[in-house]
Amino acid sequence: MASHTRQRLVALVGAAGLALTVAACGGNNTGAKDNLDKPECTAFKDYAGHAGKKVTIYASIRDKEADLLQESWKQFADCTGIKVEYEGSGEFETQLNVKVNGNNAPDVAFVPQPGLIDTFVKGNKLKPVSDKTKSLATQNYSADWLRYATFNGNLYGAPLGSNVKSFVWYSPKMFQEKGYKVPETWDQLIALSNTIAGTGIKPWCAGIESGVATGWPATDWIEDVLLRDQGPDVYDQWVAHSIPFNDPKIASATDRVGSILKNPNFVNGGIGDVKSIATTAFQDGGLPIVQGKCAFHRQASFYANQWPDSAKVAADGDVFAFYFPPVDPSKGKPVLGAGEFVVAFNDRPEVQAVQTYLASAHHANSRAKLGNWVSANKQLDLNNVASPIDKESVKILQDPKTVFRFDGSDLMPSGVGAGSFWKGMTDWITGKDTKSTLDSIEASWPK
Amino acid sequence: MTAHAEAPAIPTATTPQRTAAGRVRKRLTSRWASAASLIIALLWTVPTFGLFISSIRPEDEIKSNGWWNFFAKPQFTLDNYQEVLFGTSSSSGRLAGFFINSLVITIPSVLFPLAFCALAAYALAWTKFRGRDWVYIGIFALQIVPLQMALVPLLQFFSSTFDLEGTASFAQVWFAHTAFAIPLGTFLLHNFMAELPGDVIEAARVDGAGHARIFRQVVLPLIVPALASFGIFQFLWVWNDLLVALVFSSGSDVRPLTVRLAELAGTRGNEWQRLTSGAFVSIVIPLIVFLSLQRFFVRGLLAGSVKG
Repeated sequence: MASHTRQRLVALVGAAGLALTVAACGGNNTGAKDNLDKPECTAFKDYAGHAGKKVTIYASIRDKEADLLQESWKQFADCTGIKVEYEGSGEFETQLNVKVNGNNAPDVAFVPQPGLIDTFVKGNKLKPVSDKTKSLATQNYSADWLRYATFNGNLYGAPLGSNVKSFVWYSPKMFQEKGYKVPETWDQLIALSNTIAGTGIKPWCAGIESGVATGWPATDWIEDVLLRDQGPDVYDQWVAHSIPFNDPKIASATDRVGSILKNPNFVNGGIGDVKSIATTAFQDGGLPIVQGKCAFHRQASFYANQWPDSAKVAADGDVFAFYFPPVDPSKGKPVLGAGEFVVAFNDRPEVQAVQTYLASAHHANSRAKLGNWVSANKQLDLNNVASPIDKESVKILQDPKTVFRFDGSDLMPSGVGAGSFWKGMTDWITGKDTKSTLDSIEASWPK
Repeated sequence: MTAHAEAPAIPTATTPQRTAAGRVRKRLTSRWASAASLIIALLWTVPTFGLFISSIRPEDEIKSNGWWNFFAKPQFTLDNYQEVLFGTSSSSGRLAGFFINSLVITIPSVLFPLAFCALAAYALAWTKFRGRDWVYIGIFALQIVPLQMALVPLLQFFSSTFDLEGTASFAQVWFAHTAFAIPLGTFLLHNFMAELPGDVIEAARVDGAGHARIFRQVVLPLIVPALASFGIFQFLWVWNDLLVALVFSSGSDVRPLTVRLAELAGTRGNEWQRLTSGAFVSIVIPLIVFLSLQRFFVRGLLAGSVKG
C-alpha cells in the first residue's frame, strides 16, 4: 500500500516538473505598449515600434558600474517599451565564446577586445550595424576609434565607454609644496625625476601583479612609450606584426621604459627595489603617492577608483594625473586607451535600435551624468562629466591633436597579448635583458 | 555469536606489530602522532579562521593590514555580511536570493542522479540481459570523458531544441548535472550493490517479490551508506560548481551563489573585502550537509572500493 502512494508521489513530482517547464515557456508579448506619446519621451521618437520586445546584453562590466549603465538606458527602455536584459560576468571572454558556439549568443555584447570581434566576424557570427547606427557612429566617433571595429569595410559596432591610459598620477599637494611643475615633455619628466631622486625619495612607483594577468600594466608602459618613442605608424606595424616583436625600434622603446622602471634610483618608491614591481598588486602600485613616498605612477584613468576614500582626486587635491608627456611635442599627442564596442549577434530591428541608441549622443550624456564615465563620443558635453579626472580624459579624447591608439595587447593574438607579452614583461622586470625578452615573445607569435 | 566474533579479533590486534605496516600503524596511533595531527589540523584551519576574522573587520582595516591585527586593535562590524546578503547594487550582494537559486539547483541535481544511478546499478547488478557487461563497461568508460568537452554540444542541443529562458533554464542545469553525475554514480552504486549477498535477493524472489519490490524493500535499505556518500559527493560538487552554472543557467534569476560570488569583487577587483563574508555565507549549507551525513560518509567512502 505504502509503495503505491509513493509511486503516485513520484509520478506527481515528475508531472509537476514538466508542467513547470511548459508553463515557463509559454506566455510573452501580451499587451506591451510603448510610452512614446508622453512628453519626456520625445527624444526617442525614432525608436518606435519595438514595444514588448526583449534584447539581451552581455558584458564584463559589473558591480556599481553595471548599475549605472542600466540606469543610463532606463529612460530609453521605458519610453520605447523594449525590455533590456543586462548581464555582466567576470568570465565574459570565455563565456561569450561558449555561448556563441552553443547557439546561445546574447543579442548584444560589449566587447573590449577588437581581436575578439575579429574572431567572431571571421566565424560569421556578428551582424554589421544598421545604416542608421553607422551614420551616427561616424558622426560621433573619430576614425581612429571606428577602425578597430571595422572589418572588410563593414562596421560591427560603435564604441561605448573608454579609458585613457596615457596618464601619470601624482600628488598636486606635494608638487605645490616642493614647487615642482607638471612636466610637458619627456626630458622635463626625466629631469624632474632626477631632481626628486636627489631629495632621497624614489620618484616612480609601480605594481604589475594581477593574478593570472600579471604583467599587463608593464605592457601598457611599453605601448605608451612606443607611441612616443617611434610614433603611431611603427605602433600599428608592431601590433599587426608586419615588423617583428624584437625589431630594434621596439627594443629602443623597451629600453626607454627600462630607463625608468629598471632604474634603481627611480623605483620603487615607498615599496622596495626594482623587483618589487613584479610582486606588488597593480591596485596598490600607486598608493605610496598618498603617503608622499613616491611622486609618479603611470596608470589609466580608472585607477581613480583605487585611491583611499580620504584622498581627494582633483587638480588641487591629494592626487591627480597629468598627460604622459610626449618625447617630441611637435609630432602630435599620442594617446593610448581602450574601451568596449557594442556588437550584435542578431539583426532583429529592436536589437539594432538598442545598438543605435547606445551610439547616440543622448546615451553618452545620459550615462556621463551618472558619474564615473568616459566616452570618446564627440557629442559628449563636458559639463555632464563631473569628476575632474574623467573630465581630463574626455578633454584628451576630444582634442583634435590627439592621435588615439587602442591598447595593443588587446589587438594581438591572445596567446601573445594575453600571454607571452605579460609573462615576458614580468621576466624583464625581474632581471631578464631586453633582447632575450623580446626574442622570446617574438618566438611565441603564432605562425 | 559475539564471543565468537571477538575471539579471533584479539590476535589481529596484536599481530600488526610484527609487519612493517603494523609498525607504521602503531606509530600513527601513538599519543605523539595524535598530537602532531592535531597541530596539523590547527594549522590547516588558520587560513579559514583568518578569513572569518577578516569578514567581521571594517573594509579599510581589511585592505590596509592583516587579520591578526584584529587582536591588537579589535574593530567589529557586520557591514560585510549586511552588504553581501542584502545589498541592492546589481553585484554587491543579494546573496540571500542566490542562496535559494543554489538550493533549487542543487537539490534536484542530487536527487535525480541518485534515483537514476540506483535504478541503473540495480539493473546492471541483479538482472540478466544480453550485453549487460558491455553496457556496464560503457558507462564506466564514460567517466574519462571530461565534462568540458560536452559543454558546447549540450548547449547547442538545448538552445536549438528547447530554447529555454529565464527560470525554465533550471531544467538545463539539472539535466547537465544529472548527466555528468551518472557514470561515477552508477559505477559506485553498482559495485556496492553487487556485494550484497545473493541469498537475500534469492530469498525475496522465492517469496514472490518482483524486481520493483526487491529494489524498494530489500536493496534500497541496504545501500543507504553508499547512497549517502554519493549524495554528499554530488551535493558538494553541484553546490561548488561554477562552470556548469555559468554555461547553462541563463539570466540572473537562475544563477547560483557561486556565479554571484565570482562577480562580487567588482569589475576591477577593488571590492574584494566582500569575498570574506561571501565565502562564509556560501559554506554554511555544505558544512551542515557534511556534518549531518559524515557518519555515512566514512562508511560509504570505502563502499565498492574494497572487495571482500
